[in-house]
Amino acid sequence: MNTLTDRNAAWREELRSAIPAKERAAIPRAVMPMLAPDVRVTNNDEVNLGLTPLQAVTEATRCLDCADPGCVQGCPVSIDIPSFVKNVQRGRIDAAAAVLARSSALPAVCGRVCPQERQCESKCIYNKMKKAPVAIGYLERFAADTARETGAQPTPERAAPNGIKVAVVGSGPAGLSFAGDMARRGFDVTVFEALHEIGGVLKYGIPEFRLPNCVVDAELQRLIAMGVRFEKDTVVGKTLSYDDLLNEGFRGVFVASGAGLPRFMGIPGENLNGVLSSNEYLTRINLMGAGRGAMTPVEKGRRVMVVGGGNTAMDSVRTARRMGAEEAFVVYRRGSEEMPARVEEIRHAEEEGVTFLTLHNPLEYIGDENGHVRAVRLQKMRLGEPDASGRRSPEPIEGAVTEMAVDQVIVSVGVSPNPLIPDCIDGLEVTRRGTLVVDENLHTSIPTIYAGGDIVRGGATVILAMGDGRHAAASMAAALT
Amino acid sequence: MFRIVDKKQFSDKVYSLVVEAPRVAKARRPGHFVIVRTGEGGERIPLTIADADPSRGTITLVVQAVGASTECICALEPGQCFDDLVGPLGRATDIALRGTVVCCGGGVGVAPLLPIVRAMKEAGNRVVSVIAARTSDLVILADEVRAASDELIVMTDDGSLGRKGLVTQGVEEVLLREQVDEVVAIGPAIMMKFVAELTRKYDVPTICSLNTIMVDGTGMCGACRVTVGGRMRFVCVDGPEFDAHQVDFDEMLMRMRAYNPKP
Repeated sequence: MNTLTDRNAAWREELRSAIPAKERAAIPRAVMPMLAPDVRVTNNDEVNLGLTPLQAVTEATRCLDCADPGCVQGCPVSIDIPSFVKNVQRGRIDAAAAVLARSSALPAVCGRVCPQERQCESKCIYNKMKKAPVAIGYLERFAADTARETGAQPTPERAAPNGIKVAVVGSGPAGLSFAGDMARRGFDVTVFEALHEIGGVLKYGIPEFRLPNCVVDAELQRLIAMGVRFEKDTVVGKTLSYDDLLNEGFRGVFVASGAGLPRFMGIPGENLNGVLSSNEYLTRINLMGAGRGAMTPVEKGRRVMVVGGGNTAMDSVRTARRMGAEEAFVVYRRGSEEMPARVEEIRHAEEEGVTFLTLHNPLEYIGDENGHVRAVRLQKMRLGEPDASGRRSPEPIEGAVTEMAVDQVIVSVGVSPNPLIPDCIDGLEVTRRGTLVVDENLHTSIPTIYAGGDIVRGGATVILAMGDGRHAAASMAAALT
Repeated sequence: MFRIVDKKQFSDKVYSLVVEAPRVAKARRPGHFVIVRTGEGGERIPLTIADADPSRGTITLVVQAVGASTECICALEPGQCFDDLVGPLGRATDIALRGTVVCCGGGVGVAPLLPIVRAMKEAGNRVVSVIAARTSDLVILADEVRAASDELIVMTDDGSLGRKGLVTQGVEEVLLREQVDEVVAIGPAIMMKFVAELTRKYDVPTICSLNTIMVDGTGMCGACRVTVGGRMRFVCVDGPEFDAHQVDFDEMLMRMRAYNPKP
């Protein structure tokens, strides 16, 4: 057994016995150092600064190295969490990074954007002891960043090339995770990306103050070092047909084309100028560099309202503050408890001066004489009785309608699957919602095509997409070898 | 990649660029468009494909310099490259035997019209083309359209070439004299709006190709949304061609001013 991950290795037993569990449990959870709110709204720098080495080792010491670790079950890509954490504790960051690399193509990304509080950290034994869980996400980020910055970044062990060509549609988290796993198994992997940048939502969607592009690029370099090829400006189904891929010798295709189409609410005034989707707003700013000297324009609203309660809504509203919005509002039809965004994102938004109007729902946008939005009519809501799913559904309070002046509205109420791939590949079965139909092995209705991420899920998280990439890689590898 | 191999100036601000893009040249059909990007911090600019030569692996783009980005594109010389070119995007034109088809184009809209004229003719239709511009210098591709059509009517606002008048007058003349089964209109939004109003009167099915603001061009951003038949549609993935009688042109015209300087 590998000594990096063997719980019974001498070094690890030593760590467990060096400090009594009770003492370790008494150490408070690390607090993430971060930029001050008044500073960060003036720039696009990353808000979370990362743990110091001392903080990281102390935090790693808290981990009790459970014999039956719950955290691993909570991880969609099954990272061997105790092993990487214990390697951090003994100062072997290279080894910690190597453990991460076995399960994740993007540890520096996941350490930043995963909802750990709902995954690994929610399964930590400390929760049962009524203590704060080990800060696994912070440690993952620390290990990945330190390895990258010190040149100790591991290139994962690779099987001998097997000469089998596989194609990936889309270079977002699902596609990258799949590509990494297949390259590791010796496959010849080409990733096709429609946009002019590699990374999908990691580039166009998630802002740099949460995930700097250089972090994503470093992870991409690692995949390139493993032999993964990237072809940008290529829309599979348009630039290259499925038959073209077969003719070029690809024996398997993984479709990870993402969610695509932004949803709107279908209310009056939604097509006024100044009303745009969060996808458009974030793409203009993050991918195209709008508002920061590039040629793509973006309006800089002064009173900006963001509709929705998810992470994308938080990214949009926090971006609006950085673009100079004097007042920025989040309007959400349920209560704050029900908001799907990560707790950390909501807290950061509040610190940055964002006003939350929960239990409000837009009814109509009102335009000025030039067709630009100038106000919104908001319906006040209350939470009704729990429905069949147990969630209390919001209902309008009769007559409680207010009007609020706004000069920009960013609609962030979810996405629908992009019809581009299903439209272009005959025989690909889709659900009523337009997502691709897959079996338990992520196999579509066409034998050589697998699919995962948002084109299957309809709108989920980076890590669930990555989990799909790993899962599909295992299925396709088994089918092709 | 995406090297410019030939460049022609059509008029003061309109250039034709022949660009190496072998995969696009092979896959494109009439009606498709591409998105190009050039230079550090460059914008993504949608351009319709005027022609393609799959054997040479090239496509022809006709570009009008109307803003900073299109001026950069028009300044490119043979041997230089686009940083990015992606396509073919959108849905191809529905080409079929309809009988008599009137293809009308205004200004630079004649460029994307040309492949449709050719394809409609090849499908066995009688094709009457009406192309229009403000003045003779701005009339483009007249010889090519004439060669591909059964008849060509040229209209200029000042009468400096062909007949004096608007594109709608040329189209109406054909509608009055013969049975027309379909009209295809490509040009400035205001022109397509008036063509649609005209053909609605005559109850002739009309297709238009919309040139809204876009960012990604693959359905992701929704900047190109238009209302067609009361429904929200995305020009990049649902279009660019729609039933002109169903398009809310006034809303589209308003939305196209979104990034104009504030009055």
